[in-house]
Amino acid sequence: MKYLDEYRDEKIARGIVAELGRRATRPWVLMEICGGQTHTLMRYGIDEMLPAGIELVHGPGCPVCVTSLETIDKAIEIASRPDVTLISYGDMLRVPGSRTDLFHVKAQGGDVRVVYSPTEALKFARAHPARKVVFFAIGFETTAPANAMAVWQAKREGLGNFSMLASHVLVPPAIRALLGSRRNRVQGFIGPGHVCTVMGYREYEELIREFRVPIVVGGFEPLDLLEAILMLVKQLEEGRAEVENQYVRAASYEGNLLAQKVLREVFEVCDRKWRGIGGIRESGLNLREEYSAFDADRIFGTEGVAADEPAECISAEVLQGLKKPMDCSAFGTRCTPENPLGAPMVSSEGACAAYYRYRRHALTAKANR
Amino acid sequence: MCLAIPGKIVSSELQNGIRVGRVQFGGITRETCLDFVPEASIGDYVIVHVGFAISLVDREEAERSYEALEAMGLLNGELESELEESQAEQ
Amino acid sequence: MRQETKLDIALNCPVPIAATESILLGHGSGGRMSAKLLREILLPALQNPVLDRLDDQAIVDVDGSRIAFTTDTFVVKPLFFPGGDIGTLAVNGTVNDLAMGGAKPLFLSLALILEEGLPFDTLRRVMESIRVASALAGVVVVTGDTKVVEKGNGDGLFVNTSGIGLVSSDVRLSADRARPGDLVLLSGTIGDHGITILSQREGLEFESAVHSDTAALHGLVADMLRASGAIRCLRDPTRGGLSSSLNEIAERSNVSIELQESAIPIRDEVQGACEMLGLDPLYVANEGKLVAVVEPAAEESILEAMRQHPLGRDARIIGTVTDSHRGMVTLRTRLGTSRIVDLLSGDQLPRIC
Repeated sequence: MKYLDEYRDEKIARGIVAELGRRATRPWVLMEICGGQTHTLMRYGIDEMLPAGIELVHGPGCPVCVTSLETIDKAIEIASRPDVTLISYGDMLRVPGSRTDLFHVKAQGGDVRVVYSPTEALKFARAHPARKVVFFAIGFETTAPANAMAVWQAKREGLGNFSMLASHVLVPPAIRALLGSRRNRVQGFIGPGHVCTVMGYREYEELIREFRVPIVVGGFEPLDLLEAILMLVKQLEEGRAEVENQYVRAASYEGNLLAQKVLREVFEVCDRKWRGIGGIRESGLNLREEYSAFDADRIFGTEGVAADEPAECISAEVLQGLKKPMDCSAFGTRCTPENPLGAPMVSSEGACAAYYRYRRHALTAKANR
Repeated sequence: MCLAIPGKIVSSELQNGIRVGRVQFGGITRETCLDFVPEASIGDYVIVHVGFAISLVDREEAERSYEALEAMGLLNGELESELEESQAEQ
Repeated sequence: MRQETKLDIALNCPVPIAATESILLGHGSGGRMSAKLLREILLPALQNPVLDRLDDQAIVDVDGSRIAFTTDTFVVKPLFFPGGDIGTLAVNGTVNDLAMGGAKPLFLSLALILEEGLPFDTLRRVMESIRVASALAGVVVVTGDTKVVEKGNGDGLFVNTSGIGLVSSDVRLSADRARPGDLVLLSGTIGDHGITILSQREGLEFESAVHSDTAALHGLVADMLRASGAIRCLRDPTRGGLSSSLNEIAERSNVSIELQESAIPIRDEVQGACEMLGLDPLYVANEGKLVAVVEPAAEESILEAMRQHPLGRDARIIGTVTDSHRGMVTLRTRLGTSRIVDLLSGDQLPRIC
């Protein structure tokens, strides 16, 4: 597949790694923001290839993992109603709420369906006017324009049985919160390639001015990530702190202005609670007043349960890159993808799940010695 | 986050005032909303996320930057062979 | 807006879901949840040495003859798909389970659970497929049963087939026989069936030319057995994909299996669909493929035999059996690094992340 397969080339990968070995004279701690980038790093064992001093820690870039408990509980409550069809992206079905998850709701008779695109949710709503169709719209800035289009179309058509439970999160405020934390050890960021494809990377300039930490917008294939890491290391070695773009084939400085326009028309910025981290101001998106007729939260009057969450796992520290999944005493034993204790074990993009699926034998090998 | 992959536009039309096209990914095709990439034409590659094209792949930039990567690969390939040869000689 | 409040690091964790007390869809996926269900509820009630081997079929001794016996139930949705239907699967699936034990498949039973309201025409089509598939496979349906359930309880149609076959005395195939040094062979491209089914599902909506690979494999197996007696084990990777079958072998034989990513054949359509939906082809179902663990010396003759057969044209070596990480399957990626191929928990879901 063009623009995909050639970015998985072994010779070039080794070439970039060799160059990294020459450039890095000191240890550096880098973070990749996107869950999709974490997935690639784990799936291809890229951290195994890197020179010893370069440490990758994994950021909270998984909207599935960071969707708040309250939001999941709302979705579950709405899905449990007999006249409702809850339509969701696949990732969300296994995420545990306070007491149960959407899979269990489905098992008990709830009408829960998976789609690849919000367009399919609209199609379903048109085809089933007697059902109340609720689209569970989560995601970062990448997904928000698509979700926005769905609601925009619903309003234009007067599709009265369609509504959206929206819970979006924004990346720059999350990076700001991480950088502002006293315990931050991250010295350079691989920026979220597809978020930046939509939003551009203008917003990151403010961040680097304030915190003097380099950010390189990176793609999702192995060569993209390796190249982004090389660009970061070059900056760090040279004492620079700039925003650079590795993902030139897709992302640009301005981003996609049309997508941003639709996003702004339908959504407004709000405060948002990130599971595993806490509240971050102005880090979320809510439906605007003009679209309140399509806001499932209002329509169904769901008051989120303020969940009493015991501090049992080290999610927060993993999400901030302070600890690795293997540092957790529950990792792989009490906390597994089947019985996740924390957000990063829930989604396949979460750091803990990625480690578990792809690297567990490294852990076992250590234990066997 | 943000699983998005490149695909080639093979056809395009207006549906209810929205520009929709068939995009090919490897051996499959899927209907994709092209409203965010009005500059994209049939034969172009776009990056697609949840059924929406979010960007037109910049062919020149892609080629230029890939050449630089290839150069790194080639250079390293040469260095590795030289190393192997000198090790073999010892 | 500039002065963001310092990050309030609350160690928030979701309350863990109490272990489920009822069946979920994931229990049917052939992964970890299925294995758990088997271990904790099903097997304890039954316990006997034949069952405990957990091969695709049971081989029992009856008056000096070795009889292979197996059963399988088919719940596929949609009922009809490119390449076949539930009827074709029902015949080939059971024939293949027998074939994986080295048996010559002989007789099938056919049990139908029909939902009230199922059109006769649908039933006729399925029966025709069963007729054709049985004839092609050279098996006879000798007994059967039909039940009807109330509307709303059956997805239209469920089919169970059970089958018996004969295994000759010199054939010993079992998942616990793999040894370090053995080679792992695969008969052809993976993921075809699962992606075909997905392409027919509402909500995903993509077009592809790929069709189900459903096929009866006993002819291929017979050719392989004729070529060499050095086959340790055969498996047809159905639900749960290649990963499930290989993990079972690794666990049962207490060995590790190391795969080569670049050696695993995948059609463009399957790759495209998997890339789009974020699925890993190693976990996608197949219905006309087999993996064989063989002694290294016999590799050439077995591969040759496979490639001569229409169902094995793309056969190749995809990995080796080692002892470095017993009980696990690892993959050497195309970048030369290594990762584990874990058993999936439940079903693979399309992702946006």
